[in-house]
Amino acid sequence: MLFPGKPFPSPPPRVVITGAGIVTSLGLGWKQNAAAFRSGKTGFRPVTIFDVSRQRVKTAGEVDLPSMPPPTPWTGRQRKRLDRSGIMLLMAAREAWQQSGWEASDDLPVVLGTTAGGMALGEDYFRQAVALPHRQRMQPTRALHYQAQTQAGMMADSLGFAGPVTILSNACASGANAIGEAWEMIRRGKTDRALTGGYDALSQMGFSGFDSLQLLSPTRCRPFDAHRDGLAIGEGAAVLTLETLESARKRGAVILGEIMGYGASMDRHHLTQPHPDGNAACQAMQLACASARVTAEEVDYVNAHGTGTPLNDLAEAKAISRWAGCRAASLPVSSTKAGTGHLLGGAGSVEAVVCLMCLREQWLPPELAFETPDPACSFRIVSRPEDAPVNVALSNSFGFGGVNATLIMRRWS
Amino acid sequence: MSRVFVCGLGSVSPAGWTVEALRDALAKNEPLPIQPLTRPGWQKPLKMRLVPNPEVRPPFLAHPRLRRTSPITHYAAAAALDAAKFVQNDKNGRRRIGIIVCLQSGCVQFSFRFFEETLQDAATASPLLFPETVFAAPASHVAALLDNTPSVCTLAGDPSSFSQGLALGADWLLERRVDACLVMGAEEINWLLADALWHFNHRAVISGGAGALCLSLNQDWSLGVELELITDAQSCSRLANRSLAAKKMRAQMPPEGRSEFLFDSMNDSPRADAAESGAWADWRGPRISPKRVLGEGLMAAAAWQCVAACDWIASGKCVAANVSLAGQNQQAVGVRFHRASRAISDLSQPAKGGSLPL
Repeated sequence: MLFPGKPFPSPPPRVVITGAGIVTSLGLGWKQNAAAFRSGKTGFRPVTIFDVSRQRVKTAGEVDLPSMPPPTPWTGRQRKRLDRSGIMLLMAAREAWQQSGWEASDDLPVVLGTTAGGMALGEDYFRQAVALPHRQRMQPTRALHYQAQTQAGMMADSLGFAGPVTILSNACASGANAIGEAWEMIRRGKTDRALTGGYDALSQMGFSGFDSLQLLSPTRCRPFDAHRDGLAIGEGAAVLTLETLESARKRGAVILGEIMGYGASMDRHHLTQPHPDGNAACQAMQLACASARVTAEEVDYVNAHGTGTPLNDLAEAKAISRWAGCRAASLPVSSTKAGTGHLLGGAGSVEAVVCLMCLREQWLPPELAFETPDPACSFRIVSRPEDAPVNVALSNSFGFGGVNATLIMRRWS
Repeated sequence: MSRVFVCGLGSVSPAGWTVEALRDALAKNEPLPIQPLTRPGWQKPLKMRLVPNPEVRPPFLAHPRLRRTSPITHYAAAAALDAAKFVQNDKNGRRRIGIIVCLQSGCVQFSFRFFEETLQDAATASPLLFPETVFAAPASHVAALLDNTPSVCTLAGDPSSFSQGLALGADWLLERRVDACLVMGAEEINWLLADALWHFNHRAVISGGAGALCLSLNQDWSLGVELELITDAQSCSRLANRSLAAKKMRAQMPPEGRSEFLFDSMNDSPRADAAESGAWADWRGPRISPKRVLGEGLMAAAAWQCVAACDWIASGKCVAANVSLAGQNQQAVGVRFHRASRAISDLSQPAKGGSLPL
């Protein structure tokens, strides 16, 4: 029953990560992405999948998808129904699934974050409905597969499992919120394991939207740089398999890391602008630390939301400075959006996997384009590749609409 | 086990901007008039039931955050404020209210306009429209109106996911994260959405609106209605089609008792209704199908089902109400509410006199 459930376990179970999958413009899978993030590579190129001739900005972190999609039990016709977002989700989920060694069941919860689902299919639906109003071919398929729950169902089908699907759409915090919600489901004793993550593909509407707001950088995405002039858009997906420590140990699973804490807060200042002092962002970090029972002194790396827009980075810099206190001066911070672009609903989950990489491989991802710190940054921006001991990492994600999320992860050794 | 009570209801539907209007329309059980919805390029219009203009302009529209918002936000805000009116303020300061907004198609009107402008000339597409295309926009605006809203979440999915919103709200309450939680379903319509629906059901009449339930652990705030259970989310997949999912949902609901109603999601479409119809074939008691009266409101319709169920109990028409949410492509979930002031073991007996002992 979803309600009433069993009493929440006390203490709540520890939740560990036993599988991770990632797709970004930097590469397909953990290995390619880890190498790219570690060296500070960027993954931007001219947009090829829709017309950007009338946009101010013409580049994005477009993923180079393989010509052959991952193997599935589907027919060729069924495979063709997937759009870019569905393919990326499937690839990330497949990598995480294989790594976890999980067996299929019919009650495995899926918790995903996305802002747009299969938006490209919706755009195709629009174009055909307007231009060819009497042509119905493919329209029902587009209407169905545009919806995120269909994509989640296809993903589950391809991996041979089924279970309740929850889709969170809290704008750019969606991916982190999804992981946080899955973490809470396990801690509430509702399930022993959950497959979670976030995804979004480039879409003409989303790209045009950010361009219309003049939020896209016409130069380079340089989060926290004094001369920053906007964000870069990207696409991608990341999926994690979460389970109780007890479940992982019982299976003899390889544990990649532990999710220690999650905090979510609400910024009511404006639909698209954060409170200038970063109050809600700071609150999300404080709540995450409280649930993880760690202090800022114990955090070894912050993966910032760091979009590269003047307003976000200023508010976040103030929030991190306030939250970190004395620790700020020596705290390494970077935004990997400098390399991948902003993945919207996929951002929080991709950045959680980046934190996991740092924890597993003991390095910090640099922002090579960073030159001049914004005066509001009381912390150190990682601007060169470096190895470092990382035992606890914190990841921030903030969304249009004001939902903020922070995840805290710990190295498993 | 802590108990979760319903302490407020709100509804905006083709019947009007109040719960009373919803109640009257469903009590009459006659489909509301259908209006034509022009579909560019077609001779024959599509069908809709539009939310009527409010008799008086709602005061909340004067809030600066709502200046450029689309109808979905107006509907959600009106339903939310109605549902939260008894819990919003207290002597000692504002109460913490959680907000969960559930959507299926979401902010389609501004999305349509913005994408149309993008295709005409991306260089001049309006930056005023784009922020309102985001799924999270209605929840954000409602949060701004209510002020003290520490936890806010937008869920997307088919109408069955409204039940997941209720379950999440109950969890927030049980964790003492909020004092009350608004769970809303909202939709707005345009011809493109009606066109998409037409592919799956030629007879469907699209409609928009919103419904809101305010949940709390505090029985003193209650309307006399308690959330009794939400079944597991029985997913539709290759392993279980819609019919099987609906049957599994039904199997988790209690057997039919006296003085109980069923609020189902059927819509006079034999094909679309088959799964739910089969699952509830054993039901002999009174049944109300809000979509037959109000139209296919997607997530708003799921919310209307729950609002109506609670309203039927609160107004003494029944002691318990079952809500069947057989989603289109995600899952089937059942929700059950009962009269709060009576022990669960007594619910098979009708209330004496039909009045509500609060």
